[in-house]
Amino acid sequence: MTANGDRTNGGTPLLEVRDLVVHHGQLRALELISFGVFPGEVYAIIGANGAGKSTLLRTIAGLHQPTSGSVLFDGQDVTGLRPERRARQGIAMVPEGRRLFGSLSVQENLQVGATYARPGPWTIERVYETFDWMRARRNQRTAQLSGGEQQTVAIGRALLTNPRVLLLDELSLGLAPVIVQRIYGMLPQLLQTGLTVLLVEQDVSQALRVASHIHCLLEGRTTLEGRPADVTAGQVEAAYFGLAGAAATPQPDEGE
Amino acid sequence: MNAVIQGILTGGLYALFACGLSLMFGVMKVVNLAHGDLAVVAGYVAIGVITITHVPVLWSFLIVVPVMAVIGYVLQRTIIQGALDRSALTTLLVTFGLSVVIENGLLQFFTANSHGIGVGLALITDSFNIGSQIQIPYLLVLIFAVAVVVLLGLQYFLSRSVYGRLIRAVADDKEAAQLAGADYRHVFGIAAALAFGTVALAGIAYGMYAQLAPTTGTDTILLFAFAAVVIGGLGSLWGTLLGGIVLGVAQQIGAQINISDEVLAGYLVFLAVLVLRPQGLTSRRVRS
Repeated sequence: MTANGDRTNGGTPLLEVRDLVVHHGQLRALELISFGVFPGEVYAIIGANGAGKSTLLRTIAGLHQPTSGSVLFDGQDVTGLRPERRARQGIAMVPEGRRLFGSLSVQENLQVGATYARPGPWTIERVYETFDWMRARRNQRTAQLSGGEQQTVAIGRALLTNPRVLLLDELSLGLAPVIVQRIYGMLPQLLQTGLTVLLVEQDVSQALRVASHIHCLLEGRTTLEGRPADVTAGQVEAAYFGLAGAAATPQPDEGE
Repeated sequence: MNAVIQGILTGGLYALFACGLSLMFGVMKVVNLAHGDLAVVAGYVAIGVITITHVPVLWSFLIVVPVMAVIGYVLQRTIIQGALDRSALTTLLVTFGLSVVIENGLLQFFTANSHGIGVGLALITDSFNIGSQIQIPYLLVLIFAVAVVVLLGLQYFLSRSVYGRLIRAVADDKEAAQLAGADYRHVFGIAAALAFGTVALAGIAYGMYAQLAPTTGTDTILLFAFAAVVIGGLGSLWGTLLGGIVLGVAQQIGAQINISDEVLAGYLVFLAVLVLRPQGLTSRRVRS
């Protein structure tokens, strides 16, 4: 993956989250989360079900309003902006469950993505070249595609906005491991276009494989942050399950 | 036989009533109870436009349709969107309130007298005969043709234009559309403008066909539009034509039996469809 140059050289993050607190009704879903994603990174948020990962991504995309704290994109505070404004500025998201437009064809789904595109490398033609099966099936309804194919169309739709940062929410959900491997295998190709990726993943080994930086959430709090090379499997496990806090389990003082 | 042909042609008028209602529901999930009253407003505007500018009656739609489309966009972006942000029930209540306000406003300013849109042309008032039994008014043929053109136009717009595609996308999943950079409120506004454009044509057509009074909106246009939409299938554009035709034929056959049964016969079919096939005769979504 791309080097951590900007992070170590004191560069500025492309995307930054500061002291984010988000509520789901009465429930406090995120508790003072802060981090920065630097250009060219693959930043992975990991955590168990209900850790607040998707809420975090949705808040960054603008689909949730935080109770307090801010989201900065390229140095600008975008916390008050609607999702469509953020998308036009270069924050694209592949939502959990793919969320394709069911009554539109594959090509029309892509065209919607391209409607408000920023200038950039991605065109529908280029998407067809990158995912070569898609051209032949462009006139089909998305319901006729397999789960992996639908996920690829959702990625294509997001890429067509020509984002600077791509948010990927649980790409692996409901997909066979082989398909998940193949989809994550495309990441290096996407990064070559200058993309920065922030992803949420329940599958920790998958996240550790592709990420240049990981951030573990447990019940809405940060439990671990660092480069995959710098953390041990034990630390990740403790941060993921919160074992360090569970007195019943004899565990060395790893993690938080 | 004559009744069936008359019924089919009247179905064109009912499809004009219904397609805007269907579009608003299909895209925004708004049941616009002020639909009929807005058609009456359009008819009154047409009468005013004709009186003041002396445009030929048939061409008054060139002014009334854009005026209503703008009203549609503005109403959607303000009152209706405000209600949508709260709940579906609020939306229903708000359009009901709008309906009451419009109806009473019309009563206040234009009295309860009914007005027709006089079409002096022989083409419109005459009819032609097929054999000795069948008599077909030109006006009904013209309205039916307009309905077909409107439906073709809507279908073409929805399936081919950029905004048509966005309207379908937003109807499917407005959050996903936002993530692609689309402002769904604006897209809703465009859809409302289209719907109100068809409402304008419905009001003008009914004013030529019959008489418009402040109460016509709720007691005739809205109810017939509902019946046509439900018979044809909620959210289906061509279903509104089918529903309109079924309603029209049922009414005409009812009228053959006894002239006072005309409206009742239509509603009996409406009720039968609701009971036997609640999804309507066609059950497609709003799309190409």
